[in-house]
Amino acid sequence: MKLLTHNMLTSHVKGVTNGYPLLIKATEVKVNEVEFNPQFVSRMIPKLEWSALIHAAEGLGYRQDLPSTPVSNYENNDDFLHKVHRVLLEVEVIEGTLQCPESGREFPITRGVPNMLLNEDES
Amino acid sequence: MALHCGKTCRQYLLHLAHDNVDFRLAEIRSLLSLVGRQCGPTETFNERSPFWRLHGLSEDDVKSVMARTVCAKSAFELWGYGRTVSELKSSVLEYPKERMMPFLQQESTYKINVYTFNKTLVFKDRIEKIDALDFLPFQGKVNLKDPDHTFCLLEDYGLDPNNIPDEPFYMYFGRFIADGQRELIRSHSVKKRHFIGNTSMDAGLSFIMANHGKVKAHDLVYDPFVGTGSLLVACSHFGAYVCGTDIDYNTIHGVGKASRKNQKWRGPDENIRANLRQYGTECFYVDVMVSDASKPVWRKGALFDAIITDPPYGIRESTRKTGSHKEITTPPESFAGENHVPVSMEYHLSDIFADLLNFAAHHLVMGGRLVYWLPVYRPEYCEEMVPLHPCLTLISNCEQTLSSHTSRRLITMEKTKEPEKADVLAQLADPRFNPYQGHNSFREKYFSGITKKNGKGSGKEPHRTKENDG
Repeated sequence: MKLLTHNMLTSHVKGVTNGYPLLIKATEVKVNEVEFNPQFVSRMIPKLEWSALIHAAEGLGYRQDLPSTPVSNYENNDDFLHKVHRVLLEVEVIEGTLQCPESGREFPITRGVPNMLLNEDES
Repeated sequence: MALHCGKTCRQYLLHLAHDNVDFRLAEIRSLLSLVGRQCGPTETFNERSPFWRLHGLSEDDVKSVMARTVCAKSAFELWGYGRTVSELKSSVLEYPKERMMPFLQQESTYKINVYTFNKTLVFKDRIEKIDALDFLPFQGKVNLKDPDHTFCLLEDYGLDPNNIPDEPFYMYFGRFIADGQRELIRSHSVKKRHFIGNTSMDAGLSFIMANHGKVKAHDLVYDPFVGTGSLLVACSHFGAYVCGTDIDYNTIHGVGKASRKNQKWRGPDENIRANLRQYGTECFYVDVMVSDASKPVWRKGALFDAIITDPPYGIRESTRKTGSHKEITTPPESFAGENHVPVSMEYHLSDIFADLLNFAAHHLVMGGRLVYWLPVYRPEYCEEMVPLHPCLTLISNCEQTLSSHTSRRLITMEKTKEPEKADVLAQLADPRFNPYQGHNSFREKYFSGITKKNGKGSGKEPHRTKENDG
């Protein structure tokens, strides 16, 4: 699971009102090089929940020196875009869990794939 | 044959492939709107004819369409056309000389092709047809292998293979501009794909879907019934970043029974990511997840530029969502990871479509497109069965026939309005915003037709498999 995906996921456990962001508990993290695409990263930045991204990156030890708010004029800041690119697309949680911040329900991540299915009594 | 812009305006001729006929107009229209062009009046478009004259476009517009289309074979700058040789001749001679001359220069090389639709000409006849074009002031040298400019005489002998006329109904002469992307159908064939399932989408249709969806570079595209990811393969080819979900754990992880003949179990690394790697687009892979489309896991917001999907109809894959009709009992153990497999129940087709439209209204960017297949029982089909949504505008509805009594329709919708509270009320008031319950019985109707044809009882019904692939 990449942190771009994590940034868009929320808990959907029944009754939960504040299920965002999910808490990452990683036991295996990998960095896969991905071709850098400044246009895509620039397009994604306004869609992101920035603080959730920074928090997730921090937790996995890949924050680099990313600021707590996006820099202005980021489209032309290659150095900044490279760092965001790394966090969004290159850092991957291979094994671990995602935890709902409200209910505590954990969703397993195996071989890089989150399993978001709920049991029949939870939905 | 009076035209809107007469002589001053360039015309282009598209030679369309004669399969997926119903999808062609919508594909070209979508591709033109990608470059900000309206398709213009379509009176020159005949649904069944392989030739289509377009005007009001630039050569660059045509080239950008050809860089994407799998429905058109080639495009030409049209120099003339007519019903007879003399009509063609006078039409070509009327074409402005200053537009022809750059391509007829002495130092250039050229060749002339003859293409006939619904007729095969012998070599001698072809040569005669080329010789008959000697009224054109060609000054360059002929080079059949690697010419600077290629010209083509295209002849239309109609659509009836049992009644081919001696002379063509129509003929066109033009300068070749570009080929379409028909080659992708072969290069991306599921026959040679690493990871496939029982219902993997055919390569040609996958590209058509991506084109109907106006999928482009730097987009984020989502497939909620991703299966083996055929649609993600097509979208990533056009430079879009892709993600998908599916309720089937085995498909997403690429484990369990194989779909290929002579192969019992899936091999290691049979997954969607490996498919993208095979075609050199792994850099556009975002993620796939095990998730139930009826219970979306995405946070609020316009996250996706396009949603392209092939929902299960319950014929070759079952329609499932998590949940149970039974009195819910607490699972014996606490949810310790993957040990518990949630019970699944049937996901009604009408609910699938209602959920899908609603999801699209909330999660598409403004102007983003939803493209999906709607199965229909043909004897009962009418346009009113296509589900609507107050925030989505229907763009196209193209039929692919599956059998004498069933077909599936490729529905393309565009988000034109942000959802508001009032939309819920509008939805309740208008029957077309409500799920059409008739979709639910599609499976029964599908099999009723088969059993009637075979004159057998219900014993013919194939067993339901658990696969749920895209």
